Amino acid sequence: MSEVAIKVEQLSKLYALGQIGTGTISRDLERWYARIRGKEDPYSKIGQINDRTTKGSSDFVWSLRDINFEVQKGEVLGIIGRNGAGKSTLLKILSKITSPTTGRISIDGRIASLLEVGTGFHPEMTGRENIFMNGAILGMRKFEIQRKFDEIVDFAGVAAYIDTPVKRYSSGMYVRLAFAVAAFLEPEILIVDEVLAVGDAEFQKKCIGRMKDVSVNDGRTVLFVSHNMAAVKTLCTKGLVLKNGTFDFYGTQYEAVDHYQSSQIASSSFIHEGDLESAPGNQNIRMTRFQAKPIFGEALSISSGVQFELEFYNYKENINLDVTFELVNMDEVVVFHHGAFVSNDKDSKRTIYKVTGKLPPNFLNAGNYRFNLIFGENQRFGLFSKNDVIQFELANETLGTNSKTLPGVVRPDIQYEIVNI
Amino acid sequence: MAWTEVIEPKSKFFDLKIKEAWHYRDLLTMWVKRDFTATYKQTILGPIWFFLQPLLMTIMFTIVFGKFAKLSTDGLPQVLFYLAGVTIWNYFSESFTKTANVFKDNASIFGKVYFPRIIMPLSIVSSNLIRFLIQFLLFIVFLCYYKFKGNPSVQPNLMILITPFLLVIMAGFALGAGMIISSMTTKYRDLSFLLTFGVQLLMYATPVIYPINSLPEKYKIYVMANPIAPVVETFRYAYLGTGAFSWGSIFYSFGAMIVLLLIGVFIFNKVEKNFMDTV
Repeated sequence: MSEVAIKVEQLSKLYALGQIGTGTISRDLERWYARIRGKEDPYSKIGQINDRTTKGSSDFVWSLRDINFEVQKGEVLGIIGRNGAGKSTLLKILSKITSPTTGRISIDGRIASLLEVGTGFHPEMTGRENIFMNGAILGMRKFEIQRKFDEIVDFAGVAAYIDTPVKRYSSGMYVRLAFAVAAFLEPEILIVDEVLAVGDAEFQKKCIGRMKDVSVNDGRTVLFVSHNMAAVKTLCTKGLVLKNGTFDFYGTQYEAVDHYQSSQIASSSFIHEGDLESAPGNQNIRMTRFQAKPIFGEALSISSGVQFELEFYNYKENINLDVTFELVNMDEVVVFHHGAFVSNDKDSKRTIYKVTGKLPPNFLNAGNYRFNLIFGENQRFGLFSKNDVIQFELANETLGTNSKTLPGVVRPDIQYEIVNI
Repeated sequence: MAWTEVIEPKSKFFDLKIKEAWHYRDLLTMWVKRDFTATYKQTILGPIWFFLQPLLMTIMFTIVFGKFAKLSTDGLPQVLFYLAGVTIWNYFSESFTKTANVFKDNASIFGKVYFPRIIMPLSIVSSNLIRFLIQFLLFIVFLCYYKFKGNPSVQPNLMILITPFLLVIMAGFALGAGMIISSMTTKYRDLSFLLTFGVQLLMYATPVIYPINSLPEKYKIYVMANPIAPVVETFRYAYLGTGAFSWGSIFYSFGAMIVLLLIGVFIFNKVEKNFMDTV
C-alpha cells in the first residue's frame, strides 16, 4: 500500500448566485440570528445541484457536493469534466484560495498550485526580478530560487532578455518564463490548471515532458485539470470525472476519459420532430435531420464507411448557400473541415435541402467522433453553426493478430508493393 | 498518519500562522523592494516625489491654515510645525489607506495563488516605513536649518528616543484599522467610498494642523480621546519642544492600538479564507 498524499472527504462548497452585495447586510443579520438560535442557515436549505442550464429557484448552489477521493504519492491525477463541473472550485479549495463549506482535505507534503502562469509578474520589472518575485509568491525561499535560476532561464529560453522588463517580452516568452518558474519549484504536490493551453506546440511538449519528469523521476504528486483528453491520457495515471459538482467516475486515466466521452455523447442521429420554428437554427436556417449510418453492413465500423445525411430548411433566397462539415475526434483533433456548396449561382430557395456525404471504408480509425456544422454564405459569412450535432462511434476491427485499437487519426488500407532488390 | 496540512471550513479561533508567514519573509522584502522600483520607473522626477509630496502639503497648509486662517502653531515656525505633523500623519494615513484596500487591489493575485495574506499588509507598513524615513530626513534638514538660525522656540529633547515606539503605535493603528476596513469592503463596497473621506475627517480630528493646546479646554478631552492624537503631539513635542505630552496619553494610545490590532487580525483571518467568493 503506497502512501496517501491527498485525502478528500465529504468536500462541499456552496456558492451564492447572482448579485452579491445587494441587501446582504440584512441577510447577514438574518443568518447570524438563525445561527445564534442554533438553526440552520435559512438561505442554504434549498441547495441545488449545479446545473447552469436550468435556472434554479435558490440563490445558492452547490458547486461541489460530497466529493471523496484519495491521491497516492507519485500519482498523476487528471480531473476532467465539463465547464462548471466543479473542477476549478476543487482546485481553488486545494490551493487554499477559498475554503470549503463542509468537509476536509488532508494533505501530506508541500503543495504548490499553478492556476495561472505568471501570477504577480510585474510588467515594469525585469525577467530576473520577476523570477524571484514569482518564486517567492509560490513559496520558495530566495536561496532556492538562486539555486534553480540558471535552469529556469535555460528552460524558458530567455537568457538574452533576462534583464529586460517583461513588458517588452513577446507573449510566448512571457508564458515560457512563467511556466519555467513553477516547473522548477520543488513542491511535493503540484496542482496544474490548463496552463498547457498556452505557448506553441513545441513548448507544450516541453511542459508535458517536464511534468512527466516531475511525477515519474522525482516521485511527486501532480493534480492536473484539463480539457485536453490527449494530454490527460499521456500524462496522468488516474482520472477523476466530475459532473455538475458531484462525483461521477474514478479510475485509470483511460477509463475516465472513456467514461467522460461516452457520457458526453449525443446520439448518432438527430431528427427534429414538431414544427419548424422549434428546430435548432435561426432566421436563416432550421436543421431538421442529421444522421450518420453505415454504407456497408449494419453497424458503423472501420470498414463500413460512413454516410451522413443532413436535412435543413433554408430561409435565405438568392444567395450562394454552403454548408461545412467538421469532424472532430475524441482528442479534439479536427479530422477534416470540408464544405459543400448547396447553391452556386445565387439561386438558393426557401425550401428543404438534403445534403449527403460519404466517407469511404478504411479511412477513419476506430473511436468516437463528433460532427460540427457551419452554414454559410459564399463560404465567407456564417449564417448558423452548431457544435456536436451528432456523435458516433466507429467500431474497431481486428487486423491480423493485433486486436487493440491502433494509434493514429486515420487508418487507411494501404496497398504495399514489396520487391526484392 | 501525520498530515502536513488539513484544510477545513473554519479556521481556529485565533490562528496567526506566524511560522508560515516567517517562511514567506523573502516575499515580504521583495514586495517592499518592488514597491519602490516599480512606482518610480518611467517617472521623470523619480524618487524626488518622496520629498515633493510632504513639501507641497506643508506649503499648502502654511498658506491656507497659517497665513489665511491664522491658526496658532504654538509659537513654532509654521513650516516646521506643519511638516512635523504631515510627516508622522502621512505614515499612518498612507499605510492605513493601502491596507484598507488590500483585498481589492490584490484580488487578482489572491485569486490565483495562496500565501499568508498577512504578508501583504505587513509589506505595506514596511515600505511606508521606508518612505517615512526618507520624509523624516527632509524634516530633520528643516529642523537643523531652523535650529542653526537660532530660533529659540525650537527645542528638540530626549523624548526623540521614543520615536521608534511612536512608529510602532502608528503602524499598529494602520494595520489594525486597515485590516478591519479591508475585510469589510470585500462585502460592503460602500465602505471604500467612505474611506478617503474618513481619512480626511480623521486628520482634522487629529492635531496635525493645530496644536492641541490651542483648543478650548472642553474640546481638548474629545480630541485626546482620539488615540492617534497623543502620537502626533508627542512627536512634535520631542522634536520641537512644544506640545501636550504625558506618559498616560501615550500608554492609552498603545493600549488602544493593541486592541484594534487584535480585532483587525482576527477579522482579517476570518475573511481571508473566503473573500474570493464575495469580492
